[in-house]
Amino acid sequence: MTNLKPVDVVIIGGGFTGLAMAKELTTRTSLSVLVLERGILRTASDYTVGMDEVDYSMRFRMMQNMADETITHRHSARDASVPVRQYGSFLPGTGVGGSGEHWAGHSFRFTPELFTLRSHLTERFGASRLPDGLAVQDCGVTYDDLEPHYWRAEQMLGVAGKAGNLRGTTVDGGDPFEGPRAHEYPLPPLKRTYLSSLFDAATKELGYHPHPIPSALPSQAYTNPDGVTRPPCLYCGFCSGFGCMVGAKAQPSNTILPLLRRRRGFELRTESWVRRILHKDGRVTGVQYSDRKGTELVQPAATVILASWTLNNARLLFLSRIGTAYDYASGKGTLGRNLTHQVRSATRVFVDKPLNAFMGSGASGVRISDFDGDRGLTGSEGIVRFGAIQALSMGDRPIAAFGNVPRGAVKSNWGSDWKAAAIKWYDRSAAIEFIGEHVPWRQNFMDLDPTYTDRFGDPLLRFTLDWTEHEHEQRRLAHQRSLEIARAMGAEPDDTPPARARYNVINYQTTHIQGGAIMGTSPESSVVNHYLQHWDLPDLWVIGASAFPQNPSQNPTLTALALTTWAADALVGKYLKSPGKLV
Amino acid sequence: MRRREFLIIPAGAIGGTLLSMLARESARLEAKSGTVKVPLRFFTAEEARVVGAACERIFPRDANGPGATDAAVVIYIDRQLAGPYGRDKYRYVKAPFVTSVPEHGYQGRENPRQIYRAGIRELGGFADLPVDEQDRKLIAIERSRFFELLRKHTIEGMFSDPMHGGNADLVGWKWLGYPGPQMNYRDHIDQHYGQPFRPKPSSLRQLVGRAVPVWEDETE
Repeated sequence: MTNLKPVDVVIIGGGFTGLAMAKELTTRTSLSVLVLERGILRTASDYTVGMDEVDYSMRFRMMQNMADETITHRHSARDASVPVRQYGSFLPGTGVGGSGEHWAGHSFRFTPELFTLRSHLTERFGASRLPDGLAVQDCGVTYDDLEPHYWRAEQMLGVAGKAGNLRGTTVDGGDPFEGPRAHEYPLPPLKRTYLSSLFDAATKELGYHPHPIPSALPSQAYTNPDGVTRPPCLYCGFCSGFGCMVGAKAQPSNTILPLLRRRRGFELRTESWVRRILHKDGRVTGVQYSDRKGTELVQPAATVILASWTLNNARLLFLSRIGTAYDYASGKGTLGRNLTHQVRSATRVFVDKPLNAFMGSGASGVRISDFDGDRGLTGSEGIVRFGAIQALSMGDRPIAAFGNVPRGAVKSNWGSDWKAAAIKWYDRSAAIEFIGEHVPWRQNFMDLDPTYTDRFGDPLLRFTLDWTEHEHEQRRLAHQRSLEIARAMGAEPDDTPPARARYNVINYQTTHIQGGAIMGTSPESSVVNHYLQHWDLPDLWVIGASAFPQNPSQNPTLTALALTTWAADALVGKYLKSPGKLV
Repeated sequence: MRRREFLIIPAGAIGGTLLSMLARESARLEAKSGTVKVPLRFFTAEEARVVGAACERIFPRDANGPGATDAAVVIYIDRQLAGPYGRDKYRYVKAPFVTSVPEHGYQGRENPRQIYRAGIRELGGFADLPVDEQDRKLIAIERSRFFELLRKHTIEGMFSDPMHGGNADLVGWKWLGYPGPQMNYRDHIDQHYGQPFRPKPSSLRQLVGRAVPVWEDETE
């Protein structure tokens, strides 16, 4: 195998966290930094000709090629696993920028207690009243530690929103339940769609606190502190699942890559598929990867940053035999534990006026957090954490939107009668969505599949994952709240209660799969320390949402970015001065 | 290489832009019979007739508006099947193939091309049956993977961008009042509350002023 010229740092994965880390390292040090990305580099003009529902929403052109690699799934450790053969309950992107190219731009901060959730819930309900098998943990880092990093990420992205808690003072119009922030958002909120205005008015009338979803789609032209300028969002409706055709949405390719291109010491190699992290005697020595021709190469490096999204972060650690696999039966081992998938459900509502729902953006919407976390829970509800409720105007496209009709309106789902009902309700239907916290359970985890392999013959990652009574109850309660909101909106809701169904890999849930390489306070309970440095290999850092022990209603990207600069501070400020275990 | 097969459709039923839409395929307008000969990429002429007839029952032209034949849905499906999707280029197709629980979705070995071929064979002389018999035949296969794909692809073909071969002459979008891809709603997003806002539809090619590479044209 060919040995390439050594570099100081290899970053595995050219997505949001990988490129953000590359930016920190090349700004603050003179290290040589190489990013290896398995996908291709797209240009802005690829996105301009990408306003196409068939190729991008139906055939998932932005997503990883499942023929190369997928995951397998089983509901419990007693079941046999099968591969997820087609998308899908989640949609991992590929290419430079990763899922940060096709994301919707929701840019929440996590609420403070999420970083100390084990302590918080123990105090809140008492250790004896927490459900069996609950695997929540403390992160080892606090909201206050991260607040300046959240602000840095918000400025980099140009987040448009409304503060609800400025230095402890509640501000009207924002989320009053958020953690205190030192600054107002960099930009005012996006413009309000008709659906948002209905949801906003209804939830206010019910005494709740609606607030605009913080958006990485700028409401105005924006120049960030790095000098990168992006135009405002045009609400074209081709957002989630698409790259932005005008470069408005904050994507790694338009927000970080332009800076990196000018940095000495930075190199990006695409179509470079890292297959192993190499290590010897407790130190990493580099990585082995396959280039576009299929040639296997060894890239020596002093430090390796694993930034390849939740699935591949865990999988590469397994394949490279780094760490101890989690054993569900004994609870020992850490690699693969705390697999979570943000809980989502929707109550469909029908309105009597057209919504013009083809207009919108990924983050055009209004949310209430009045039921989020454990607010208002007494412990007798059967749940310890709940979630948020929102209405989004992401831009309806006709193939997916056609055919939403009230339950029982028509018998068949094809033919003249169906067509008549579908056109009658076209553009008069929306979803009130529940975005729920997925608390981790001991029985949900990742490991390697014993049967199925990827294009190289390496084992696929296997999910053991199912919904529990807790998630069923979250969805049931959310549906009740949503019915109340729908009626206050003057809408006719579909009042069918959510099915108490098992986890399925077919229906889109969210793309917020988390855990597997979680952060924590000890090597017995986590894979990385609170700086995201691996407990066993001090020169290996594992960044991204794989580090989150629990999966809140707040979408992960902003926190993943805040933790990246938090980790970079430790790497540059502490580790490089004295390479070794920081904890 | 198989013999080139054509779908023959009345030119008047389809609308003028179909010809430009099919430029890459050099569709021939037969002046004498007033028909358009559209080269097929995957289906035989007879298969296209069966699929076209089935799509028309799923999405019939009626008092409410246009149907699958008007939108040239069968051409859309023909191209999808001929392209990478039809041969499962982007699906995980490694063995072993096992039967699993419904939550795991389609686990079969057969790709969309094979599913269509088998499904069409089962429909037999479908295209020449009276419509009520056609409906009975479709009801009988309603729970099959073939019908699931056929229904899904029919809706796709009704409302796809016309560059994919369906939604001929934007007939589907005009009917919905869907404007197609537009760059800028900044002055409209917080206006028209509760009132229909229906800009004139345009296709992606019209919007960007040039040909757009579509995935089904990917050859390798």
